[in-house]
Amino acid sequence: MTRARWVIGSILAAASVVVLAVAGFSPIQGGSRDRIFAIPKGTWARRMAGDKVEILPDHIRLTLGVRDILVLRNQDDVPQIFGPTLMMPGQSFRLPFERAAEYTFACTAHASGQMTIVVEPNPTTPWARVRWRLVEFLSTFR
Amino acid sequence: MRRSTARWAMALLALALVTSAGAAGSGPLALKAGLFEPPRQAPDFGLLDSNGGELKISHYRGKVVLLAFGFTSCTAVCPTTLNTFAVARRKLAAAAADVQVIYITVDPQRDDSKRLKKYLGGFDPTFVGGTGTQEQLAAVRKDYGVSAEKQVLGDSYTYEHSSFTYLIDRSGRIRALMPYGHSPDDYVHDLTLLLQE
Repeated sequence: MTRARWVIGSILAAASVVVLAVAGFSPIQGGSRDRIFAIPKGTWARRMAGDKVEILPDHIRLTLGVRDILVLRNQDDVPQIFGPTLMMPGQSFRLPFERAAEYTFACTAHASGQMTIVVEPNPTTPWARVRWRLVEFLSTFR
Repeated sequence: MRRSTARWAMALLALALVTSAGAAGSGPLALKAGLFEPPRQAPDFGLLDSNGGELKISHYRGKVVLLAFGFTSCTAVCPTTLNTFAVARRKLAAAAADVQVIYITVDPQRDDSKRLKKYLGGFDPTFVGGTGTQEQLAAVRKDYGVSAEKQVLGDSYTYEHSSFTYLIDRSGRIRALMPYGHSPDDYVHDLTLLLQE
């Protein structure tokens, strides 16, 4: 191994340790605790035209103390079954979660007929914070 | 000049305090249940109640209503939910007089008025049941976004049905939806807030 490669390797290793340390030891803070899903205006018309419009995933992940409030908004012009409930045009539904658990709701909008919300505990250990940040990071690409 | 500036500052401070206090008081309720904003009027219906009379949601204006859907042969969801309501009402003590539980069947084939009365009486004699024709009940479910699907099991059948409960305020507006599984204490918390309005 040349000296240059050794130096680059050392720098990368040190940077990885720093990133892991920051990800593990810095507390997870977010602005809003809301996880928002909205039915945009015109969705009903698009569905009537044959478009397959998926707005609400059948699995939603929430984290206590970080993002633990599910907010549904119907911005369309007609009533919509959205998640577990019927919502009028312009209405919002704000559902807080206080316990880590898996919640299953009947939801006619999904092919499976149900929607699952997984509420995870607040990540308090360094490894749990690293894992939480990694999952959040990866979910941005989905 | 200085005195007048100080008076203006005091007046502005007082105005700010009054405004902020008003804003805090008119903010959304911090319920355990899911809150609707803006709330909509609960659609009225005309069903047969478990005492043999007419059941209309509008008869209960002035009370906070817990509205749930199910069937008396349900072994999973309904007994738990109804027992939760009964415990919550007991915990509310005198305030429970202003809380009305309404339980509408999804199974009119088996659930007539008498059967509903007997079943609900086992939890709390103040609970009121509702039944009607298949068409009437289907129309009510549609208005409230409630699902119920019959599933045949050999010679018998059961229903998969929505398990949540609506919280309807004294003005007859659907304020919130409580998912299945919440504790009596959560209901006491939310009912107390709604009763104070």
